[in-house]
Amino acid sequence: MTPANDINQIWNLLSQVNDPELPVLSIVDLAIVREVKQVDEKFEIVITPTYSGCPAMDMIVMEMRAVLMTNGINNFDIKTVLSPAWTTDWMSEAGKVKLKAYGIAAPMPGQSVCDSRMFHQEEAIECPLCNSYNTRLISEFGSTACKALYQCNECHEPFDYFKCH
Amino acid sequence: MSNANPLLTYLLHLADNALVLGHRNSEWTGHGPILEQDIAFSNIALDLVGQARNLYQYAAETAADGSTEDSLAYLRDTREFKNCLLVEQANGDWGNTVTRQFFFSAYQYYLYQSLLQSLDQQLAAIAEKSLKEVAYHLRWSSEWMIRLGDGTNESHLRMQSAVDRLWTYTGELFCGADYELALAINQIAIDPAALKQLYHNKITQVLTEATLTIPANAWMQSGGKTGLHSEQLGYLLAEMQFLQRAYPDASW
Repeated sequence: MTPANDINQIWNLLSQVNDPELPVLSIVDLAIVREVKQVDEKFEIVITPTYSGCPAMDMIVMEMRAVLMTNGINNFDIKTVLSPAWTTDWMSEAGKVKLKAYGIAAPMPGQSVCDSRMFHQEEAIECPLCNSYNTRLISEFGSTACKALYQCNECHEPFDYFKCH
Repeated sequence: MSNANPLLTYLLHLADNALVLGHRNSEWTGHGPILEQDIAFSNIALDLVGQARNLYQYAAETAADGSTEDSLAYLRDTREFKNCLLVEQANGDWGNTVTRQFFFSAYQYYLYQSLLQSLDQQLAAIAEKSLKEVAYHLRWSSEWMIRLGDGTNESHLRMQSAVDRLWTYTGELFCGADYELALAINQIAIDPAALKQLYHNKITQVLTEATLTIPANAWMQSGGKTGLHSEQLGYLLAEMQFLQRAYPDASW
């Protein structure tokens, strides 16, 4: 196989690794995998964490190693970089569709609410269950660091919003 | 762990700040006043411990003496910890905890913003990553300062007493330790005195809106940044380090 084929195969294999806390999204959908390249005789896979304290990162790296090695790819290094800092703007469109189907509102584009100003206008977040925009923020921090907790005023269901970051 | 290597000491100072406050905050897990805030505060603790890990990993690499992130966190004693006094203070009530978070997040926000310009690329990258998280912490704690300060008589009194109690630990943040000043010359860190005005403006804005009074010029405690701590840190380390001290190298 040519190196380009190998790199494609690595991307395909990595897209089978899901985030353990969001099992509908792969680490490729989430853009945790930033780059796959060949350096001398080895492949270098560059990853970046979503949040500094994301407890899933160690497990994700283990699963990456497992899926590559069981498919005969042994000559690779996994390198973690912090800059540029991960942003929800990198999430794939396919990933956003999968999130909504799973019941989690996908992140809004742009960084409008990611600053330290207080009490400003809440974004209109669409309820992933009934599609109403008549929803309200319950807590800025949800079941994991990457999610906020909302409730729909129409269907009254509480739901997670993958907050912009 | 001497000042022969100011970068190493500075990384430990930043990491210790994040770990000690993260540990203090985690003491609220399962005890928050309401479920949503229990979760919110545990998430803030997790962010801080994550930032500490990035900093300890870089410190271990810098030390190049066999240290690891774990040995730096679990096998140093109080005198070797370089965190500021503010973060080690006991939780007290929810108002005291929120006030401690607000003072520290405001400082950390402007600090990380300035470290984006650091000529040390790894330090700048850690600051860039952490800053997004700290922006949320600052917003969250500012909003709680206002809700409780401008809340009921009881909440107002408790918030004012927390501000008065913790104020004495904020002066140290802006007095550069020798390792900070040494790195400032090479534009790796900055002299924290340069952050004082920005910090003061932020504190004034939020406390005014919260109907709280900034204490008049008061005696400021110092020492944490050079390893001279209040008794609080010893109790914290005794609990946090117990497992590694009692069962060296235990892992799972």
